[in-house]
Amino acid sequence: MSLAPAARDATRGEVVLEARNITKHYGHLVALDGVDFELRAGEILAVVGDNGAGKSTLIKALTGAVRPDSGEILLDGQPVHFKGPLDARQRGIETVYQDLAVAPALDIASNLFLGRERRRGGIMGTVFRRLDKPGMRAEAERSMAELKFRLPSINSPVETLSGGQRQGVAVARAAVFARKLVIMDEPTAALGVRETGQVLELIKTIRDRGLPVVLISHNMPNVFELADRIHIMRLGRRAGVVSPKTHSMADVVAIMTGAVEI
Amino acid sequence: MTASSATVATPRAGLMARIVGTPSVGPLLVLLVFGTIFALTNPRFLASQNLSIILQQTVIIGTLAIGQTLIILTAGIDLAVGAIAVLGTIIAGKLVANGYDPVLSMAFAVLVCTAAGAAAGGLISGLKLPPFIVTLGILGILTAALRLISAGGAFPVRDAFLGWTGNSVKPFGFVVTYGVMIMLLLYAVVWYLLNETKWGRHVYAIGNNPEAARLVGIPVRRHLLSVYVLAGFLYGIGAWLALGRIPNADPNSLQTANLDSITAVVIGGTSLFGGRGGLVGTLIGALIVGVLRNGLTLAGIDPLWQDLVTGVLVIVAVALDQMSRRRR
Ligand SMILES: Nc1ncnc2c1ncn2[C@@H]1O[C@H](COP(=O)(O)OP(=O)(O)OP(=O)(O)O)[C@@H](O)[C@H]1O
Ligand SMILES: [Mg+2]
Repeated sequence: MSLAPAARDATRGEVVLEARNITKHYGHLVALDGVDFELRAGEILAVVGDNGAGKSTLIKALTGAVRPDSGEILLDGQPVHFKGPLDARQRGIETVYQDLAVAPALDIASNLFLGRERRRGGIMGTVFRRLDKPGMRAEAERSMAELKFRLPSINSPVETLSGGQRQGVAVARAAVFARKLVIMDEPTAALGVRETGQVLELIKTIRDRGLPVVLISHNMPNVFELADRIHIMRLGRRAGVVSPKTHSMADVVAIMTGAVEI
Repeated sequence: MTASSATVATPRAGLMARIVGTPSVGPLLVLLVFGTIFALTNPRFLASQNLSIILQQTVIIGTLAIGQTLIILTAGIDLAVGAIAVLGTIIAGKLVANGYDPVLSMAFAVLVCTAAGAAAGGLISGLKLPPFIVTLGILGILTAALRLISAGGAFPVRDAFLGWTGNSVKPFGFVVTYGVMIMLLLYAVVWYLLNETKWGRHVYAIGNNPEAARLVGIPVRRHLLSVYVLAGFLYGIGAWLALGRIPNADPNSLQTANLDSITAVVIGGTSLFGGRGGLVGTLIGALIVGVLRNGLTLAGIDPLWQDLVTGVLVIVAVALDQMSRRRR
């Protein structure tokens, strides 16, 4: 655990999600080379690093989307072995993947509930397994309104939305269902200034509801605006964890590129 | 995530756009155009007797096309559909000829067809082999196996139960065979599964974006397997319906069923790339093929032209799909 002293002082929350010495190989390529990770209650933890540093692979390993070759993952201090993404979701971990994970031909409500559709009550639900489409639609509309999130219509196929709106659907899905923590892999990549601002607001809303957030981003100003702590990845390892209050962007970039070691 | 209020016009807002955007409208128009042309040029076309024949001629391909639709919705394709159905007719026919109970024989034949679907699905989902290659392989294996089982030749199947689906009722003088009713019932049931249940929703999601489906926790492989198993079962029912149409088990029959079923699905507006389309379109597509065959035959036009027109329709349908993909 190579925590920088400053960062350790910055937060006092309980550790919610922890990983120790995770490795992951793709053939000969070492994507994760013994990385440690910890996320604390109530914080926004930014994960930064160059392209290919292993950020996405790390969060996939944390959420069961990729099985690590070795290492330990602990949720609330208990060791967990997620067999797949569903396992992690059922434990209250929601993820917005870099490649979004939406089905473009399905409408917004269907995408929000994808994988956890609700059935109608009574025998229509138990015997005939009928989906509760109106119920899911109403719930989707309610959640979007609660998140102050405006979309053309909950019935529009996701492919008719702008890039930012799609991103919003993926983020909202995570926000609505997360009970423990939310992980986002570059949720503002390819967004305009205004759309980015809205996604950042959404991230703050999630944190203010008490859920810790892991935010992967290449955008340093955003990271410094939002993050409580910054986890820096380099060559499949954690090069350090710093606080934006004690370190500058230049410091973080120096650690990221290996110019400085801590 | 622009805060576009509900008043901002979406591209689909207009009535015309909404009609064009509804998937089965295009195929329906094509069906109406052909129907109108044939009706105007030949008074016999609209005779209730002829319409009943068109329906009966659509039964086999129409039923096989249900399974084909499910598989194409997952971005797969089934080239063994005809061979599996023929396998069903031959197994049922052989067993009955050897004195076994007809109901049990047919049930066993359906079971074997289901198993054939499961084998294809297992190879595709378990070993991640391309559906095209797996089903092509199964087609080859079955073609040889069918010749061996039937010792090369066709044989008549004379049994009341195996031929039962060819019987008919005549409400208002319009002949409807049990086969037609069974086909329509299957369409209704599978339509419900596709549109009103989680299972169907996940079929679309897998065809649309398999990685997203996996990431949201859908058991993609098991789901794919279930699609192929259901398709195999439907082909087994198709075999029963085929025996009701022609009381003959022939290893060389249904040779064009692969192409015809794919044609019905594609003309019906289901995308070969998966995740878009549905059964209403397929039923219309199967009817278009039936109407074309029937209308051109009534007009005394060489059968070669039927294939030509169907071929053109398929290419137009795929081209339209491809163009709409590029716009997305
Ligand atoms: N499925 C895969 N198969 C093979 N190699 C992979 C796979 N996924 C990732 N890699 C490799 O693992 C390394 C780490 O990739 P990863 O996606 O985790 O990087 P990243 O830090 O998220 O980069 P970016 O900022 O570009 O998103 C890269 O070298 C990448 O090429
Ligand atoms: Mg990445």
